[in-house]
Amino acid sequence: MQINVTLNGTSRTDEVEPRQLLVDYIRGTGNTGTHIGCDTTSCGACTVLVDGTPMKTCTMFAVQANGKSLTTVEGLKQDGALHPIQAAFKEKHGLQCGFCTPGMMLTGAALLEENPEPSEDDVRWAISGNLCRCTGYVNIVKAVQHAGDLIRES
Amino acid sequence: MFPPAFEYSAPTTVEEVLATLAREGEGSRVLAGGQSLIPMMKLRLASPAFLVDINNVQGLDHIEAANGYIRIGALVRHRDIVNSELIGTTNHAMASAAPWIADPLVRNRGTLCGSVAHCDPEGDWNSVMLAARAEVVARSAGGERVIPIDDFIVDFFTNSLQPGEIVEEVRVPKYSGKGGGAYLKLERKIGDYATVAVASQLELDDAGKIAKAGIALTAVNNKNTRASAAEDVLVGETPSDELFREAGELAAQAANPETNVRGTAEWKREIVRVYTRRGLETALAQAQG
Repeated sequence: MQINVTLNGTSRTDEVEPRQLLVDYIRGTGNTGTHIGCDTTSCGACTVLVDGTPMKTCTMFAVQANGKSLTTVEGLKQDGALHPIQAAFKEKHGLQCGFCTPGMMLTGAALLEENPEPSEDDVRWAISGNLCRCTGYVNIVKAVQHAGDLIRES
Repeated sequence: MFPPAFEYSAPTTVEEVLATLAREGEGSRVLAGGQSLIPMMKLRLASPAFLVDINNVQGLDHIEAANGYIRIGALVRHRDIVNSELIGTTNHAMASAAPWIADPLVRNRGTLCGSVAHCDPEGDWNSVMLAARAEVVARSAGGERVIPIDDFIVDFFTNSLQPGEIVEEVRVPKYSGKGGGAYLKLERKIGDYATVAVASQLELDDAGKIAKAGIALTAVNNKNTRASAAEDVLVGETPSDELFREAGELAAQAANPETNVRGTAEWKREIVRVYTRRGLETALAQAQG
């Protein structure tokens, strides 16, 4: 089936089989920052913003993205500069192995759109569908909160 | 992982959805949030030949009060329930359950009606629906029928929908007087299924006696289960600690849990006893407040 999506701001048309998962479609476009972790709707490594809302793309079909706008980690940077959430993860060392990081950053960015000054509890609650196997949550939470500071300062 | 091949369509009207289901017959399934169906397809526990995606249908995302009911359309996501002021102010058990459905990302996509239809005995919503005595509005090309939740939940992953029918809406009765409710869920971690959970709802009459009581249990039987004896002991009585303890004992007797990785049967039954009592205490405080 033919789908039309806006992927990181660029419109594209592709032919997909109905059973193709959205995460596999996205990775097939070369945007391999979207990871496949558990593949069972648990870990959130495949999180992508679908019309601005974070969703687990291992549990959507690519055909369901027809007409939607998708933002992956590759689409976070703005005018060549790091998105505040990326800058904050770098500054606060919000990653260890990095596997969960794209999902964490997208979920964090979506949280900050709704709540630019989240408490530690707010952040922990928001990222509770994203698992970090390094258990590096302390710095992830700090990074999301720091990104809120950067957004509010700018 | 990817599922077996299937055909797919995404109609934009309920009429087209029903016509497609009628044409494709028993091999067809409705795809709403897909947060249970897609994992089951990937694990090859379900292999529908045809998926009818209802996500593009307009007019199914309503949460509204009408004729004494809260009406919840087939495309209302768990997140919408969490954020609903109407539900937050009119149904305490639903409001307390919503934030504990799966995790935030799943709540962005999964639907209440889909969860109700799925009839997973470890699912949360059907206990809340039993406690609230909800009704399921089913629609097919032949028309509409309203199914009490007790008749809708048949068994392990089995509902009473006929081929060609969809869950168009779930209707939750509003309290007729003062009411309150709670959903107490024990889980190992966020996103896990309930180890045990108990939904409770109470409505009081003008004299402060219990006019209606709803108690239902998650993950302790082959389906979400109404604790009828516990409800019966409450109705018509003046609330008291002793009465709530008795209801807890009766609810525990309605539980037939398995010993598994989440705990022993004996321990789970004990949780039912305690959570029933605590849920009733919470419901009473809300109804009196």
